[in-house]
Amino acid sequence: MNIIVCIKRVPETTDADIFIDKSGKDIDKSGLVFDLNEWDTYAIEEAILLKEKLGGSVTVLSMGGEDTNESIRKCLAMGADDAIRLSDPAFTGSDGFATAKVLAEAIRKIPYDLILAGTQAEDDGYGQVGVTLAEFLGIPHAALVNRIEVQDKKLKAHRELEGGLEEVVEIDLPAVLTIQTGINEPRYVSIMGIRKVAKKEIKVLKTSDLNLKPEEVGAAGSDIRLEKVFLPPVGEGAEMLEGKPEDIAAKVFDILKDKGGLT
Amino acid sequence: MKEIIVIAEHRRGELRDVTWEMLSKGRQLAEGMGADIEVALLGKGVNQLAEALKPKAKRVLLIEDARLEAFNAETYNKVLTQLITERKPFLTLIGHSATGMDFAPRLAAHLKMPLATDCIGIEVKDETFSLTRQIYGGKVNAEVSFTKKGPFMVTVRPGAFPVVEKEALAGEIVSIPSPLTDEGLARRFLEYVEAAAGEVDITQADVLVSVGRGIKEVANIPIVKELADALGAPLACSRPVVDKKWLPKGCQVGTSGKTVKPKVYIAVGISGAFQHIAGMKGAGTIIAINKDPKAPIFSVAQYGIVGDLFKIVPVIKNKIKAMKK
Repeated sequence: MNIIVCIKRVPETTDADIFIDKSGKDIDKSGLVFDLNEWDTYAIEEAILLKEKLGGSVTVLSMGGEDTNESIRKCLAMGADDAIRLSDPAFTGSDGFATAKVLAEAIRKIPYDLILAGTQAEDDGYGQVGVTLAEFLGIPHAALVNRIEVQDKKLKAHRELEGGLEEVVEIDLPAVLTIQTGINEPRYVSIMGIRKVAKKEIKVLKTSDLNLKPEEVGAAGSDIRLEKVFLPPVGEGAEMLEGKPEDIAAKVFDILKDKGGLT
Repeated sequence: MKEIIVIAEHRRGELRDVTWEMLSKGRQLAEGMGADIEVALLGKGVNQLAEALKPKAKRVLLIEDARLEAFNAETYNKVLTQLITERKPFLTLIGHSATGMDFAPRLAAHLKMPLATDCIGIEVKDETFSLTRQIYGGKVNAEVSFTKKGPFMVTVRPGAFPVVEKEALAGEIVSIPSPLTDEGLARRFLEYVEAAAGEVDITQADVLVSVGRGIKEVANIPIVKELADALGAPLACSRPVVDKKWLPKGCQVGTSGKTVKPKVYIAVGISGAFQHIAGMKGAGTIIAINKDPKAPIFSVAQYGIVGDLFKIVPVIKNKIKAMKK
């Protein structure tokens, strides 16, 4: 089974202090650590698990500048076989729609049975690229998948719904699945592992290699434009309990007593 | 006459909350721009749902077909492609839910219609819309606009828009023939599966102690478990803890897990991703412990403690044990 996995390198913002940059259209990324998008970590692991079980190959595909090689190499170290990076100044400012268009054109040139993508990216959170990609390629899809069972020319996918419910669908191959976190336990990659794949070729394709015109990609080919970013308005907010741990503990005890937390 | 169409979301015979939220927001937008608010309902044997929707829209566009009994992105998109092409609504609203995320992006691309996903704010601006979205896991808000002319499609974050009570509309049910045929589908619905029930039902507890990503390692879970034990409370958690298999799915609070309403909810090392907050914001009192003073959890909590959970939690546990004696 030949699998293509679409990945993205994103800044890690969960524990970071965030500041808006001078343009007012993005955050200041200078002090941030970048890594493979969390959802994509599960997608690449799932692809490698399927390859280990069924044979075939895993190709990593990503749109991004040279920095993206870092995340691509992580995927190669995890066990992916080939890598393609889509890079062109014309891709700058692509929204989910334009990104899917570029990915689709690259995928048309590769034989595949299955395409996996993370359900969404940690940074812009569109949750749109994988499903749009399926439309461009004219193949079926399922989003928010947390379990896959391949059966010959089709597969069974569990889609994660709300409230702990799952929906099981049967889907003909080739297909696009967007992968939900928790589907597997992504393997750890050591620095040694990444060094081993340091020389592996990462093929680079640009607009002209993809039968695309510059006006079809990037900001020009996008449906939406980011006007400005700002920190969310803080609500009334919590009453902050301060002091030494002992003082805080005493306050927490009083609150629990008052609010019915002690039984 | 301009139209705004809300795509009703329902599952196993019940309309989902996001449907009412979209209808409330959609009506406000429609009134602002002199448009009609309509709702499209796809299903089989859903007359009762259509009746329930009547007071909230000018028209209920009802498409009934046995092939629409369970949601399937493929059948939905066939039906909605025809409906939207014929009626040309200026705006189509869809939930950014497990259902909407599965069909809206594809439908928009197929119709060559500009789409903005997961919006928490929608404002009319001349002949288009200004939208608010959250990026970087909810730490930053973004204002976005469409680069092309309408008609437009927007997916709406569940829980983002309140349901505002207004006088009932005299909605008319309009039956629309289904375009579906017996032509084979590339994707087929098989069944629903419930996640395995946990040992403890966290939805019934008066007090919940909940642990998140801030716990760092599975080996640290007992630190928070001991606090829960001291309070006689079950241990719950946020999504990353279940994704890492540190606690079972039955413990998960949030959109894809359980919705809880305890008297007191203590969130330990949980930053407060939207999907977590959606599952616990109904708690009577929320106490949050987190090292990041800007963590979104502090905007829903009544009491906050900024600091190192590994130092604070054991002290609170000891205090409770000592005072309970």
